[in-house]
Amino acid sequence: MSCLRVQTKAFTKGFSMPLTRLFSTGPQLFQAETDTKFTDFGYKQVPEADKEKLVHGVFSSVASSYDVMNDAMSMGIHRIWKRHMINKLDCGMRASSGEPLQFLDVAGGTGDIAFGLLDHAKEKYGDTQSKMIVADINADMLKEGERRSKKTVYADSPRIKFMVQNGEKLDAIPDNSIDVYTVAFGIRNFTDKQAGLNSAYRVLKPGGIFACLEFSKVQDPVLDYFYQIYSFSCLPMMGQFIANDRESYQYLVESIRKHPDQETFANMIRKAGFYVPGKGYENLTFGVAAIHVGVKL
Amino acid sequence: MVGYFLKDSVKLADKVENNQIDQNKSNNELVLEQSSKTKPRFTRPPKNYANHIPLYTSEKIAMFVVSAIGSFLHPEKNQYIVALGESTAIPPFLKHLRQQMLDDPTGRQILRDRPNITSETLNLEKLASYGENTFGRTYYDWLKREKVSPDTRVPVRFIDDEELAFVFQRYRQCHDFYHALAGLPITREGEIAVKFFEFLNIGTPFAGMGAIFAPWNMKKRSQRRRLLSIYYPWAIESAAHCKNNLINIYWEKIMDKDVGELREELGITKPPDMRELRRRERAERHNK
Repeated sequence: MSCLRVQTKAFTKGFSMPLTRLFSTGPQLFQAETDTKFTDFGYKQVPEADKEKLVHGVFSSVASSYDVMNDAMSMGIHRIWKRHMINKLDCGMRASSGEPLQFLDVAGGTGDIAFGLLDHAKEKYGDTQSKMIVADINADMLKEGERRSKKTVYADSPRIKFMVQNGEKLDAIPDNSIDVYTVAFGIRNFTDKQAGLNSAYRVLKPGGIFACLEFSKVQDPVLDYFYQIYSFSCLPMMGQFIANDRESYQYLVESIRKHPDQETFANMIRKAGFYVPGKGYENLTFGVAAIHVGVKL
Repeated sequence: MVGYFLKDSVKLADKVENNQIDQNKSNNELVLEQSSKTKPRFTRPPKNYANHIPLYTSEKIAMFVVSAIGSFLHPEKNQYIVALGESTAIPPFLKHLRQQMLDDPTGRQILRDRPNITSETLNLEKLASYGENTFGRTYYDWLKREKVSPDTRVPVRFIDDEELAFVFQRYRQCHDFYHALAGLPITREGEIAVKFFEFLNIGTPFAGMGAIFAPWNMKKRSQRRRLLSIYYPWAIESAAHCKNNLINIYWEKIMDKDVGELREELGITKPPDMRELRRRERAERHNK
């Protein structure tokens, strides 16, 4: 039975919660307890009930320096990826239509995809009526997003709503109400990814589009080797020096590794009920990231 | 050669022959099952203690380079100083230090007890009630004056051997006691002076680097002049008179000792009060 240790005040900052819990029981006692299901928190195994709090802790600590770290980690390429996804989706209420669209951006606390989608709709189709809901499980990230929205044309606009929501349930969002559901670099943090995909299916209108931008597996083994060295050696050290928080970035890197590869994830999307056109994904930068698309029929 | 191109079909054919195909599972489910058995390719060696992060040699060198540059340019950022300290605390130095602890009876006691210094274990409230001239009271007053606490010491993470990690942790935690004995503040000047004193007494390479390179980055010439003319000679003199290695002192047990006596025993004198000097110089500059 593996021993999970308490690492509470041992961290300088970063985690406000213990990373893992100490189990003082032996194997027999453990089986006699209620059947606690375990899930991955990076490479650690944690009880499912705890993963949410732990992920919350990670993002609370990285919220303010999130963009700096994203830029450092992907060397600014993440902006290109997000722009590519926005252009690929090409959303906007067409001039001849009378119904504004309802967007939903999940786990998009800081709001860059949300503002990007609305800007694209306005520039390309002159759409100034489509509405956006930005949902995130972490209120700190949402506050960061609200702060940023104040500097855009959407400051205090009724078009954007910020909601604290759990992506796996999306309680406050009614069925069949969303036209475009996007999740960028968020779904790998879900405790139960399939549940997240099922909720996406529930809230989308028939004909609605599901789009997910997420880190994925680099197909080429040689490139993958260098990519792994970069993500496991350089990134935590960058987190240690730039953000003074090695543990959060170690978790982020491990969660990337634990996320299913392109084909598996496309199959999970199919399992949720979506129609997945073609291969179902588009590789970006040799597979470092991938955009998965599904349509609810 | 043909096998390379037909790899997947050959695998599938083998599976059909060996009855390994479950007709009831869709390809979707098979892919999902397979992916749940992934093994990470990049693994670190097992940890030796709770906070241990085992680094590869290349990472240690990288950490040394980055933290050296960072602590020179930004000594106020704790993460660089901490990382530089741990990357320069190479095993030969730490083993030498541990040997010095083993050669001394108090040092051996410390290694056996493994005391951890936090505000609880020191019982700060009790220290406040000690007499004026006790070491405990001096330490408490210094903490209040500088507005710091013993809990802000970062735990050691990158040193591989468990006992050596404790030795370094002890060294890091005792740093504040040297400050209190000398009465030096936590300003950049004060830190460099204490570091130089530590280097002369204990021999930490990181302290030596700090003493040599850190003054170069001081903006104010008056600070540097004062540092070099008053505090460096003080450090050299005190270290010369100080017979014992300060790492061997069981600080927790001498909290109620008279501080003057302690200083005499150790051969350390108290240097001029740095904050006083700074205030005076600032006043002079304003008056001019």
